[in-house]
Order: sequence, then C-alpha cells, then structure tokens
Amino acid sequence: MLLPVPGRAGHFSFANGRPLAKVDHMKFLRQFAARIVGQSIRIFARAITAVRADWKGIEPVPRQRVFYSNHTSNADMPMIWSVLPPAMRRTVRPVAAADYWLKNKLRAFVGPEVFNCVLVDRRPEVKDKPMDKIIAALDEGSSLIIFPEGNRNMTDDPLLPFKAGLYNMGVARPDVDLVPTWVANLTEIMPKGEIIPLPLICTVTFGEPIHVREGESKDDFLRRAADALLAQRPEPRPHE
Amino acid sequence: MNSTTSDILLLAVVSFGILIMLTVLGEILRARQPVHEPNPVLDTYMTRTQSWWGMVAFIGVALLLGKPGIMTLFAFASFAALREFLTMTTKAKADHLSLALAFFVVLPLQYVFVGFGWTGLFTVFIPVYAFLLLPMVSALRGNPSRFLIRVAETQWALMIAVFCLSHVPALMSLEIVDYGDRTVLLIAFLVMVVQFGDLLDFFFGRRIGRRKIAPGLSPKTWEGMICGVLSAMIIGAMLNWITPFGLIGAALMAGVASLVGMFGNIVIAAIKRDRGVKDWSHLIPGQGGFVDQMDSVIFAAPIFYQLTKYFYT
Repeated sequence: MLLPVPGRAGHFSFANGRPLAKVDHMKFLRQFAARIVGQSIRIFARAITAVRADWKGIEPVPRQRVFYSNHTSNADMPMIWSVLPPAMRRTVRPVAAADYWLKNKLRAFVGPEVFNCVLVDRRPEVKDKPMDKIIAALDEGSSLIIFPEGNRNMTDDPLLPFKAGLYNMGVARPDVDLVPTWVANLTEIMPKGEIIPLPLICTVTFGEPIHVREGESKDDFLRRAADALLAQRPEPRPHE
Repeated sequence: MNSTTSDILLLAVVSFGILIMLTVLGEILRARQPVHEPNPVLDTYMTRTQSWWGMVAFIGVALLLGKPGIMTLFAFASFAALREFLTMTTKAKADHLSLALAFFVVLPLQYVFVGFGWTGLFTVFIPVYAFLLLPMVSALRGNPSRFLIRVAETQWALMIAVFCLSHVPALMSLEIVDYGDRTVLLIAFLVMVVQFGDLLDFFFGRRIGRRKIAPGLSPKTWEGMICGVLSAMIIGAMLNWITPFGLIGAALMAGVASLVGMFGNIVIAAIKRDRGVKDWSHLIPGQGGFVDQMDSVIFAAPIFYQLTKYFYT
C-alpha cells in the first residue's frame, strides 16, 4: 500500500503523484462491507430456514447457467444465492427490478453490491431495454437468477404464466443451460402479512437444464419450461 | 475433579476407543474393497461413524459443562427436531401464530421448566396447556379446513420433538437417594444403551434377520431386535456402576429403554412412509435429521424417566 502524502491544493495524493482516490478506499470498504453483509444474510438464512440445496439435475460446479425460479416471496433470491457454493455465488447475478432495489440507500447497497444484481427497468418508456442488459451480463460470462413469472405469485396456483424473457435469452444464447430451480416452503415460512418467520426447512431444488429446441415456438417452450420447473417440487406434498 | 467428572471422562475415553475401533474396521473393509466397485452399505456405515464422532464429542462436552451445557444442547436438538417435524405436517396460514408460539414460546418455556426442575409444570405444560391453548389461537383465525388434522399434527410435533426429548435432560432433576449430583450420568446411560442397542440391531438384522416386524414399513426384524435388546441389556449391566439401579436393575432398565426405542423407530418409519420421505432432513450428514437420529431416544426418554422416578426416588 502506498503512503498518502499531502499534495497540491491540500488534497491527499499518493507518493507517485496520483491523487489519492478517496473513492478507492471507499470502494474497498464497500466491497468489504458487501462481503460481510452477504455472509450475514447467508448465515441468517441457514439459521432460520436451514436452507438446503437438492442438486437433482445438475452438479454444483461453476459453469454458465440461467437459474429460473418460482417467485412467491422476496426471500426467494437470497435463498437461491445462499445455497450456491462460493465459486458459483461469485459468478451469479440475480436479475431484479431496478425500482425495488434503488428505492433507498440500503437497498441500493444490498441489491447491486451484495448480490451483484443486474438491475432492469421494466417501464416501457425506458430506452435501456432489460434484454440488452441481460444478454450483456451473459456475454460477460455471468450466470443469472431470473424469475420468469415477472411478479411475485400471490395466487394459489403454483406458477403464473411465464413472460417471454426466458425464451428470448434461450434463443439469443442457445448454449447457456437454463436450469429450473424450485424454492419450496417459503410461503409457509413467511406468508404475506405475517411478521414472525417460522423456522421451517426451505429446500432449493435444481433440475436438469433445458434449451430452446430448433423451431420450437415461444409458447411451446415456455410451457415446457414451466413443466420442467413444476417437476422439481419436492415430495412430500401431503393431501394435495 | 469429583467422581462424576472422572466417570464422564472415563465414559468419553471408552466411547472414543469404540469409535476408533469402528473407524479402523471401516477403513480395513474399505481397503479390501476394489476402488471401482461401489459399496453403499459401507459408505453408509462410514458416514454414520463419522457423525457418531461428532455426537460423542458434543454430548461429552455438554455433560462436562453440566446443567447449562445439557440444557442448551437438548434445547437446540428439540428446535431442530421440531423444525423437521413441522416442515412435514399439514398447516394453513391460519396456524402461523400458533406455530410461531410453538417454536418461540412453548419450546423455550419447556426447557426453562426442566432447567429449574419444576416437575409439576414440565410434565403437564405441553400435554395440557399447549394442547388446549394453541388450537384456540388457530381457531380464532377462522379457517376450519382440515382443522383437526392441523392441530393434531402440531400437537404431535410438540410432544415428540419437545416434550419427549426434554425428558432426557429432565433426568438431571430426579432426586435419587445416595446418588446426589450423579444424575447427569443417567443421560449418558440412556443414550449409550439405546444407541448401541440400535447399532447392534442393525448389525444382527443384516446378518441373521429373517422375519420382518412390520413388513412394508421398516426393515427391522424380530431376530435383529431381540439381539439388539439383549446387547443393550448386557451393555446396561456393564454400565451399572454409573447408575443407582444395581446390576439386574440396570440390565432391565436398559432392556426396556432399548425395546421402547426400537418400536418408536417403527412409529417414526410409519410417519415417514405416509409423508413419502426417507430422511427428515440433512442436518446430520449420512443419517438424515435429528428426528432420524434421535427417534429411539425420543421414545425411550419419557418412559425411562417415569420408571426411574417411580422405582428409585
């Protein structure tokens, strides 16, 4: 580490004359804080829900993948993130709504810096198209976590109809594995409107990856993707 | 160092000795095994042995720490067991508050009552107070769908994971003439005879087991069970010096505990079959969850406690 010395105009600068980037320190501190917050979230998730991964269809190895998942709770994404082994967690970027994660300073720190989210703006008038950002993230080599239902599912149906995004990325980058990822029990752990989470066991099941087939229509693919995701629901589902 | 502490250390040394033997035996078998031939039985055995190392270490340290250590260990075991059980049970949104009360009020209170040795309270708290009050909390939310199933399964979870399991540390609150503070050794006695009985039941069941006790439900056989219970009685008799039971008494108490534990294991197997699961959870590597590991002890503990209380206090 270079020693800061007083420079011109009373600002600190490094001995080599480069102005001491206050930002650099800040960046390091922020990264460090992000790591600590990330670990805390992971430990909290494990302590409360004993969250566990069931690697049914893939191996837990770092490889470019799009994890597409059901969405019933704001805790879905942190749960998936928490069960990924460190090497996978470093390369994975959840795709999330900018309006949610930029609402206040804390979220703006946690979303982009702790989870390294790809923030997309869903308003139609925005120039910055979500799919461009997603494809750019894939081209950087990142894996993604996406919720193809678009919104949180508040109904009694297990899944809402998928939006086209999953199909579009499957067509644009056909080599990337699309992995169905089912997050179970979160609605029981924290139903809407409750304050105290129940410490039940949450299971994240990773299924066999799918790809868009040659000539497959959007609707056919989205239906197949939804079925592949539903197939990952763990037994038991008593009395259903 | 008093005699209780030295006895605990001696038991720990003996247990570690047995674990070393079991581990060496496994390694010898593995060395004989061709590398490319999978052997699931051996792998299960090895992961089980590894978990036992952890269990012996945990229980040993808790016993040495005395009451606070034991209380903390079993309260956490109850928490994990309750979590596993309630993950499987029928529940509705209307039960959210009563389930939260079960986790965060009933469970801690039960261990507080056990810790202070308030026998009159901890033996009725869950069977009477929780049993009557929690369904009221659920009913006030006004969802009658499958109500009886919901409240019954929640009550069962509390009985198994909290009430029964808390009878292991409750052994410390027994006042036995001329036994003094050595009641902590009863915990070691109970856990050791039941666990070794199970191990030998597994071993003999695989070797000579023919007639299944509950076909289609559990792999346990009459031959394995008889050998397991007899082994538990022999181990109990050998351990009689840490108990107030005497030689014959220790053998009989060990036999009853082991027998009840084995049938308890079949009860848990029936629940697992119904819910279509093999293991309750993943918390103990290779052995499923706390309920899988502790099922025999869970069923044996209240009976062992009551018999000890009736005959020896």
